[in-house]
Amino acid sequence: MATMQTPNGFNLDTSGQRVVVDPVTRIEGHMRCEVNVDENNIIRNAVSTGTMWRGLEVILKGRDPRDAWAFTQRICGVCTGTHALTSVRAVEDALGIDIPENANSIRNIMQLSLQIHDHLVHFYHLHALDWVNPVNALKADPKATSELQQTVSPSHPKSSPGYFRDIQSRLKKFVESGQLGPFKNGYWTNPAYLLPPEADLMAVTHYLEALDFQKEIMTTRTIFGGKDIHPNWLVGGVPCAINIDGELAAGAPVNMDRLNYVKGVIDRTLEFVKNVYIPDILAIGGLYKGWLYGGGLSSTSVLAYGDIPDRANDYSPGNLMMPRGAIINGKLEEVHEVDLRDPEQIQEFVPHSWYAYPDEKKGLHPWDGITEPNYVLGANAKGTSTNIIELDEAAKYSWIKAPRWRGHAMEVGPLARYIVGYAQGHEYFTDQINRTLRTLDVPVDALFSTLGRTAARALEAEWAADMQVYFFDKLIANIKAGDTATANVEKFDPQTWPTEVKGVGFTEAPRGALAHWIRIKDTKIDNYQCVVPTTWNGSPRDNEGNIGAFEASLMNTKMERPEEPVEILRTLHSFDPCLACSTHVMGPDGQEMAEIKVR
Amino acid sequence: MRSRGTTVLILGIGNLLWADEGFGVRAVEELHRAYEFDDDVRVMDGGTQGIYLVQHVREADILIVFDAVDYGLPPGTLKRVEGDEVPKFMGAKKISLHQTGFQEVLAMAEMMGDYPKHLLLIGVQPVELEDYGGSLRPEVRAQITPSIEMALEFLAEHGVEARPRTEPLGEDDTIASLEMTLGRYEAGRPDERNAFRHGDARVLASEEWRGPEDFEAEIERLVKTRAT
Repeated sequence: MATMQTPNGFNLDTSGQRVVVDPVTRIEGHMRCEVNVDENNIIRNAVSTGTMWRGLEVILKGRDPRDAWAFTQRICGVCTGTHALTSVRAVEDALGIDIPENANSIRNIMQLSLQIHDHLVHFYHLHALDWVNPVNALKADPKATSELQQTVSPSHPKSSPGYFRDIQSRLKKFVESGQLGPFKNGYWTNPAYLLPPEADLMAVTHYLEALDFQKEIMTTRTIFGGKDIHPNWLVGGVPCAINIDGELAAGAPVNMDRLNYVKGVIDRTLEFVKNVYIPDILAIGGLYKGWLYGGGLSSTSVLAYGDIPDRANDYSPGNLMMPRGAIINGKLEEVHEVDLRDPEQIQEFVPHSWYAYPDEKKGLHPWDGITEPNYVLGANAKGTSTNIIELDEAAKYSWIKAPRWRGHAMEVGPLARYIVGYAQGHEYFTDQINRTLRTLDVPVDALFSTLGRTAARALEAEWAADMQVYFFDKLIANIKAGDTATANVEKFDPQTWPTEVKGVGFTEAPRGALAHWIRIKDTKIDNYQCVVPTTWNGSPRDNEGNIGAFEASLMNTKMERPEEPVEILRTLHSFDPCLACSTHVMGPDGQEMAEIKVR
Repeated sequence: MRSRGTTVLILGIGNLLWADEGFGVRAVEELHRAYEFDDDVRVMDGGTQGIYLVQHVREADILIVFDAVDYGLPPGTLKRVEGDEVPKFMGAKKISLHQTGFQEVLAMAEMMGDYPKHLLLIGVQPVELEDYGGSLRPEVRAQITPSIEMALEFLAEHGVEARPRTEPLGEDDTIASLEMTLGRYEAGRPDERNAFRHGDARVLASEEWRGPEDFEAEIERLVKTRAT
């Protein structure tokens, strides 16, 4: 096969040279990517592979469903709280447990806090370096940087020339010591970097400010979750009691002092997002607005499960403040309802994944999911099973399954949520989108891009910061009205449970739609299946040959230098991929530098 | 004696779900059960958190890290690395399984001008990692007590007091995960028939990377190269 068209509308051409990036760096977990580029270095075929076995499902079998959140929290280092929340929701759904209003508000505040935290860290510490060149920042004029700062964000207090000169000399010391630290492994001479030195210096400065600030955001989850850095969760509510007039002591209920502290964090978070994050996105976005690659599936197929229920226990779309729906075939005027219980809607396929199904032509709904590994390379793969030189995407080629919504490959994540919200007329989202498009002077189509994904994440952080204020006020009002309940333990005792039940819990994780499906039999977990956002986005091809969101997003991108995959990293990072379902690192040596092979 | 205001962080890192990878967390759990400290000494389950750990490292003047480390030594060997050697060695070869993560955490702390004054890495060479849902192997578990002694000695050298508890805390008094205490974690494990336990075959069988043949020489070489 040299050329073919996929059912979801992409023309694949495998005749050009193959570029292999393994591992894709600055992500959670381990991932490999192979592309074919034509004679003009334009990507004409893309293959994305999760190279890590994961199967949380199988280690939960037979365990107490009330403990599942703790295991899911340990899957990886970034989605901790979101997995825990999804897990307790799945168990509550199965057992018909209602949670108190306060628990709903507190969970929302924690989930929003995690969203903002993750978005900030993702942008500044993992993704910014795809756009920002710290080495170039050494050439900046501190005075001009100060002027730039005051133009892009007049309310940000840290903007004096002296401040930027200081940061610049710290950076210089770092670079000169030959130890670039987190900045090593960059392609700092690549022409894909377009920012003037002053913008680079401003962004690097904010890299440090964000690193300093993010410590505050965590405290909200520590206060409500009772424990740093792995907060506690509870089936039936939240584990923290509330006693507004209580004494401040370790292990004591949350009192007004602590709530006031949370309020302070919320206010400072809102300020940071509005004064630093959003202006940076607009400034950097403005300088890269000619680089509109990476749209992939976003203009045709997006999916959101929704999250942040306004009132407790109502998971219907009308009550979810983060929108829910599916858009297919690019028809924004028609947003489909999504039902996680419907066996016809969400199905996982494995003809191109290293798993075995009895009949691989069919997909399986997660409640009936099977996680049976089957590691075999295709006939045309090059290398050996322990040292793959080139994958054969016509056969099985990834540890990620291929989930589909009614047969469609879908993109999930902040951009998907914003597109669904925009299509549904979500007022807050629409205002933000219009404001951003106006400021950057770009058409709506610009949304469907790598940059659109990165911008949507920032807009969402702003929305989440505002929503934290809403739920904080709601929590306080409810407590003042005399309701201090935070947990419903009525059905906590397994003796009260039916013999056999099933449930589904969902959230919108920072990187996209997340759901856990659980079956409980004789009070123990009988089956547990997680479909995580990166399973959607990083999915391999399915039985029809549809390519997944990562693969689609790389198509038709022009690379400046195939041996320096800045563009590939930029676009893949824009999804905030998280393949870390464990931490075992499998690089053949200790080098963090990705191995790039051009053939 | 240590000066007033010195803060200490004793951090266990690793993933409880991958057999000997859980060593760091299990070790600090045990340390906490057996000893108590002043308020400015923090014993912490760092799990697999990366950047979220930066602030805790920045706040520490003395940092002790427990981890499963691939030194290329016989399985179950306990090994201490101190001071500047820790990140230097980490930068050159993969010794810690969280090397990318934790080395970057240290670099970020340094960039913020808050690098710990005293740094000790207590690592054990794992016997088995590729056993998903599994627990510590006996050889690694046997190193928990000696590793704690190593930490106590270092603390004593720096004037940090560790007081043995009159009665060690029970299993459920954990600083890590109550739902995943060693007893619960091991007893609740599904049997092999139901649960595939292995890692990626590509990695399992990989012959490509080995730890350094002579660890001491390697360290020396790196430290020397660094100094010039």
